[in-house]
Amino acid sequence: MAFLKTSPTTAAPSADASTYVARVRDHHRAFGRHQVLRGIDLDIRHGEFVALLGRSGCGKSTLLRSLARLDPTPPGEVELHGRTAVAFQEPRLLPWRDVRENVALALLNTPEKGVRHERAEQTLAEVSLTEKLHAWPLQLSGGQAQRVSLARALVSNPRLLLLDEPFSALDALTRIEMHQLVIELWRHHSMAVLIVTHDVDEALALADRLVVLDEGRVARTWEITSPRSDRNPAKPEIATARAEILSALGVQPTPPNPNRDPITGELRNRPDDRSGNDRGAA
Amino acid sequence: MSLTLGAAQLAGRIDRPPPRPPRPRSRLNVFARWVSPVAIVAIWQLLSSAGVIDPRTLAAPVDIARRALELVEDGTLIEATLTSLQRVALGFVIGGAIGTTLAVVAGLWRVGEHAIDPPMQMLRTLPHFGLIPLFIIWFGIGETPKITLIAMGVCFPLYLNTFAGIRGIDRKMIEAARSMNLTWGQRLRHVVIPGALPQTLTGLRQSLGIAWLSLIVAETVSAKSGLGYLINDAREFLETDVIVVGLAVYALLGLATDGVVRAFERRALAWRS
Repeated sequence: MAFLKTSPTTAAPSADASTYVARVRDHHRAFGRHQVLRGIDLDIRHGEFVALLGRSGCGKSTLLRSLARLDPTPPGEVELHGRTAVAFQEPRLLPWRDVRENVALALLNTPEKGVRHERAEQTLAEVSLTEKLHAWPLQLSGGQAQRVSLARALVSNPRLLLLDEPFSALDALTRIEMHQLVIELWRHHSMAVLIVTHDVDEALALADRLVVLDEGRVARTWEITSPRSDRNPAKPEIATARAEILSALGVQPTPPNPNRDPITGELRNRPDDRSGNDRGAA
Repeated sequence: MSLTLGAAQLAGRIDRPPPRPPRPRSRLNVFARWVSPVAIVAIWQLLSSAGVIDPRTLAAPVDIARRALELVEDGTLIEATLTSLQRVALGFVIGGAIGTTLAVVAGLWRVGEHAIDPPMQMLRTLPHFGLIPLFIIWFGIGETPKITLIAMGVCFPLYLNTFAGIRGIDRKMIEAARSMNLTWGQRLRHVVIPGALPQTLTGLRQSLGIAWLSLIVAETVSAKSGLGYLINDAREFLETDVIVVGLAVYALLGLATDGVVRAFERRALAWRS
């Protein structure tokens, strides 16, 4: 570790552990000859809500997989303090286990069955699915399945919750509900959240800090200080950040539409948003 | 000749796609479906009684029923059935164990797939009844060739379906289980086995059908006991009533085992509703 040239602050590793849930240092990942991550630096503090933005192929999902320990990472590049849990874009529930059992599965390595079920039931109550305890996953709506998936991630009391575009397949109204739910859960559980999304308005509504990745590096970071109840797109701080982020993503910023809901912001459905092949060389 | 025809018909019955969920039928419809079978039996009985059908060609339904009762009462039928059932059970257990074990090894490990799958894919194209002459040379005409034949027949559908079932599991689910820190054994128990189960049960039903078919073929070729012996013995004396009784027992046993698997399917795969 000595050769790693620690930062001038004389923070011992124990101090790191009390401040950060995750520290990523000069993280590289390549698939074959294709470099996906080219030296990512990212710290996530306890209780922080971070959004990771970027165009398709920028490496944001790869970074999330590293943080979730789903892929092997070179030693020293990804340091995690405490448990992490993931909710994926598709809920990935086991169709042959009922809802309660799906949630309890995340606790398999800890207590005995009765306790597992009890905690699964408590967590399902938090996502308002008490009446679906014994439903099969195939009987759930998309939003319900995604709530089960959230409960499954939360039940193990993670220090860091990783959300991989969890709401992109949901309809606009369900998405508003899910945003509110996520904020509520984040407040109740003392955990940090990292959400990967390509919806700028979603990120602006949810996160304290927005990180834009481009070509495998952190391009820029924005801190949002307005309280979540007051993030109207017309507000100068939000409007400025939104314009800057869009331009960092290589999209021509459009003036915010005051009629658009600040939380759902149906930006992703605009045709010029995704099909742009003029990649910003930020 | 009649044997191959019977085999083809039976195979046709076995390979049909899994049944659709039954349509709710009205009482009248249930009744209507029984009209023509009953009528056929009635005509058969009339023709037999009138002497049009020679009992040496085909016995009359009433005589067959009477003969069946006799055979049950003197214990012959029960004993023969148990003997045949034992052969099928033994062959099925051996073939099933080999088929599923090979499928699990090939399904879970890349090395296993390379070692097991190519020879299995080649062997499965062999019509296993064609191996009877070899089996007779190797094992004689006792119990061993019969049980080997049944085991061979059972092994392949179970192997193919279980292997496909394991490979068909969504990788993303295994990844989700990994993200929850489930161990290898836990992933096997909660993701792989239940995920492969629907396809494995399809294979189970196919292989049960083939097990009965193999038994019939093996017992027809040579048998000193069992249902096949009963039938062959009856042939010597042109006792067509006994032959029909034996065939009916074969059919009932096949239906019964299929019904057991179906009942298990309904319970184990309730989540698919």
